[in-house]
Amino acid sequence: MSKPIVATTSLAGCFGCHMSLLDIDERILDLIELVEFNKSPIDDIKTFTKQCDIGIIEGGCCNSENVHVLKEFRKNCKILISVGECAIMGGLPAMRNNNASISECLEEAYLNCVSVQANDEKIIPNDEELPMILDRVYPCHEIVKIDYFLPGCAPRADLIWNALVALVTGNEMDLPYEVVKFD
Amino acid sequence: MDNKQSRNPEFSNNDNCTCECNDLDAILAKYNNDPTRLMDILIDVQMQCGCVSEKAVKVIAKAINYSSVDVVQTLSFYHFFSQTPTGKYTVYLNDSVVAEMMGRDEIAKTFEEEAGCKFGSVSEDGRIGLFNTSCIGMNDQEPSAIINQRVFTKLTTEKVKKIVRGMKNDYDTEDLIGTEVQSNILKQGPILTKDSNLGEAIKKAVTMSPEDVIEEIKQSNLRGRGGAGFPTAMKWRFCRNAEGEKHYVFCNADEGEPGTFKDRVILTDRPQLLFAGMTIAGYAIGSDEGILYLRYEYKYMEKFLEEVLSKLREEGLLGKDVAGEKGFNFDIRIQFGGGAYICGEESALLESAEGKRGEPRDRPPFPVVKGYLQQPTAVNNVETLCAVAKIMHKGAKWYRSLGTLESTGSKLISVSGDCEKPGVYEVEWGFTVNDILELVGAKNVQAVQVGGPSGNCIASNEFNRKLAYEDLSTGGSLIVIGNERDLLKDIVLNFTEFFIEESCGSCVPCRAMTVQYKNKLEKIIRGNGVADDIDQMLQWENVMKSNRCGLGHTAANPIISTIKNFRELYDAKINEDTDFVSEFDLEAAVAESCKTAGRVPNLGGE
Amino acid sequence: MSKILININGKDYSAEPGKMVLDIAKENGIYIPTLCHYEGIKPQGSCRICTCKIDGRNMTACTTPASHRMVVETNTEELEKIRSTIVELLFAEGNHFCPACERSGNCELQALAYRYKMMVPQFPYIFPSKDLDAENPKILIDHNRCILCKRCIRRKKEPDNPSWFVFKGRGHTTQINVDHELIDKEFNDELAQKAMDTCPVGAIIRKEKGFDVPIGERKYDKNPIGSDIEKGVTL
Repeated sequence: MSKPIVATTSLAGCFGCHMSLLDIDERILDLIELVEFNKSPIDDIKTFTKQCDIGIIEGGCCNSENVHVLKEFRKNCKILISVGECAIMGGLPAMRNNNASISECLEEAYLNCVSVQANDEKIIPNDEELPMILDRVYPCHEIVKIDYFLPGCAPRADLIWNALVALVTGNEMDLPYEVVKFD
Repeated sequence: MDNKQSRNPEFSNNDNCTCECNDLDAILAKYNNDPTRLMDILIDVQMQCGCVSEKAVKVIAKAINYSSVDVVQTLSFYHFFSQTPTGKYTVYLNDSVVAEMMGRDEIAKTFEEEAGCKFGSVSEDGRIGLFNTSCIGMNDQEPSAIINQRVFTKLTTEKVKKIVRGMKNDYDTEDLIGTEVQSNILKQGPILTKDSNLGEAIKKAVTMSPEDVIEEIKQSNLRGRGGAGFPTAMKWRFCRNAEGEKHYVFCNADEGEPGTFKDRVILTDRPQLLFAGMTIAGYAIGSDEGILYLRYEYKYMEKFLEEVLSKLREEGLLGKDVAGEKGFNFDIRIQFGGGAYICGEESALLESAEGKRGEPRDRPPFPVVKGYLQQPTAVNNVETLCAVAKIMHKGAKWYRSLGTLESTGSKLISVSGDCEKPGVYEVEWGFTVNDILELVGAKNVQAVQVGGPSGNCIASNEFNRKLAYEDLSTGGSLIVIGNERDLLKDIVLNFTEFFIEESCGSCVPCRAMTVQYKNKLEKIIRGNGVADDIDQMLQWENVMKSNRCGLGHTAANPIISTIKNFRELYDAKINEDTDFVSEFDLEAAVAESCKTAGRVPNLGGE
Repeated sequence: MSKILININGKDYSAEPGKMVLDIAKENGIYIPTLCHYEGIKPQGSCRICTCKIDGRNMTACTTPASHRMVVETNTEELEKIRSTIVELLFAEGNHFCPACERSGNCELQALAYRYKMMVPQFPYIFPSKDLDAENPKILIDHNRCILCKRCIRRKKEPDNPSWFVFKGRGHTTQINVDHELIDKEFNDELAQKAMDTCPVGAIIRKEKGFDVPIGERKYDKNPIGSDIEKGVTL
């Protein structure tokens, strides 16, 4: 029987969730026995080369590229897991959701902020190649269907490990109290 | 036109009130600087100054030994109080379901065009303020609006143009236009028929012992007409037996359930009957003070009702030794609300009457034990008290002969919506919905909303049901909904928004779940719902039942009852082939940032 | 006064009449979750989390006085579902960014979410527009985190004292309103700390305090809220 295939990505996240995934220490050796990695920053595979079983999503969606990648993951993975606060509820990037509009944010960042220097032409980055910024940061499950949620900032390594092993082995997720935390 | 957005004028901390607010001493003195009379103080200040400014708040707070925020917490709860000026002329246009049916949108548009400002704001010169408001009890003559406490009914675009011209030129609002509130009593029954000498009813009561009066009411099997149907005699007995320094009689005239206007008609056409009922209640429970809690929307009746009360005092039917009965002193005062549906809930009503936010109390203790100012209080509906006066005069046996075995007597029904003859109909309990539809000339009926938004929306297969406590219980209104209406969008959504607007905000499920219900309903209406959405909404009902008061318990009824009775309307909008629909719209989501950055959105490739 | 009998979850307990069901349950090692309740402040029953089946009706345990032969169910599946749904509603209603909150780990709302194993609320996040009020030198009010439990409102020096905190507005736009003048005048470090302790979440924060207990040692890091009552664990 072939090994389940896992893909991972970091959208509007800080890679902390990926760090936490690596934080399973020596169990990483067990993990590569258990699963095969496809598109992921871990193995640097940039595009999907085959259908995957599990997609691990870190980060919410703050720009058009995040949305594009998330939709690709939905197309190419049987199961999607939102890992971490940002994927689940936007996380710290979403702190912009409740107060300022995106135009206020951009103007503050590129025009008005005290640390802005040498932007005499008053340009807000607008190159065609840049992703377009969304009006707010979206939790992933507002854009595609997400099957599982693993909270934390970052989620505890044991939480990711337990959940992954349960999914791969088909066992029920038994998540101890100490590992399910929102911070 | 998005005039649903803003109903209340913004509360801000800026003191931009233009009036001097200097003359508050007289108002404060009138109420002896009594914090329990804060509602009256706020009403008088609002009427005198057009707002309750930051400065006024400070003056009031100091006088009644509150902190400023204590005053603001009451003030900000009520729809008709504002911390910023609401205009020399303040228009409150009803936005309830029936108003919408009768062409409110066109009227609102005309108001905005003529006045030069949007709903939720005041014209630049500060002359005209336009605001939306929940049902003002004029469903039989919509569209209608309240302008400076005066009611303007059956508005047309022509009338609105005249009214706005009048406001711009400072014609006295009395002369603006000859609109009058019509009574529309279209069927009289045992209560409304003028066949009683009310003096006799009171005199008869005071010759009996209070216990015997309660017993007579018990024999009549009278139950509360507000909707809950609690036996009146039992309420009185509990209240009479409760210990306290003083007992109070309250009449709940906070008729706020959209579609209900029968109390309005009693108040303007049979007020003596109501006051006689209150007096008899006072005698029965051992009280010397009755308070009529009247919704602010009915402020226009104040002068008339005060005259009626004066006349009763002159006739010896109120005041000292009522009806010649030595030692039985009883008088009635009117307490106005400030615009809050929740104050129709009896404990919220008492909170409000004490000058506080209209948040329902925890029970126990019940108001009959600890009510107004922590004293035993009987709170009765307008119609209940009218029935009391009739029962006293004509006897419990007579009353019991009317209606059904479990629901004795009659019921006043306010009928409005898609029918030829909207108005008040008094029918004996046991009438079917069909009977009433025939009376009012309703054809092509899709649905009938029984008992307002908090009641039940029924389809034609239930029109043969009886209006009775044991079958279709109702506080007294039917809204007829014709076949041409979009039930979910025009009716259910409006009702759901009504509950969001009127939730006091205290209980979590009522405050937060109503918003989730609305969002989910809108998603379904937009065609983005999935089967699970309907199941979820049904499951949430259980959580709503954990709310403290009746509003919270019933706030999901518009959705729940239509899912149960009109399931096909929901199913038709559901996506059957998927369990997930995203409402994310990339084009809309990137529009603002692209505009700010000055680039053309690139939506290709998605 | 003679004792009464009250049946909780099928077992009879002797209790003082008039005492709240919540307190009787607690004395007997039965945890009923609460949020708006605070020891020593008059209960008010607004969060509805402590809803129990009392004599067949849904009533809040914090406001219902016990009576003889009262039958109480505290932990049916239906009640637990109501509670977890209320927790989810609160998370969706406010802006609860736990990773950035001084109260994380010691927050009662978060602790209840842990207890109910909430991975994500079933409701879409509202992301309401709320302010942060840092005007006062002693305390900071973050309306994003406020769950409108009224604990700060109800905790006054004396019942008749002018209020420091009150509600403003109504319905879903209700928010806590602060009398800055009064607080500026009356608040010292002790009162600021008390105000912060009264808040179940991180909506009232004493300035220059916070993040002073390391992750792993905070109140609800190791054991669920209520395990002090149920199992005698020190939280």
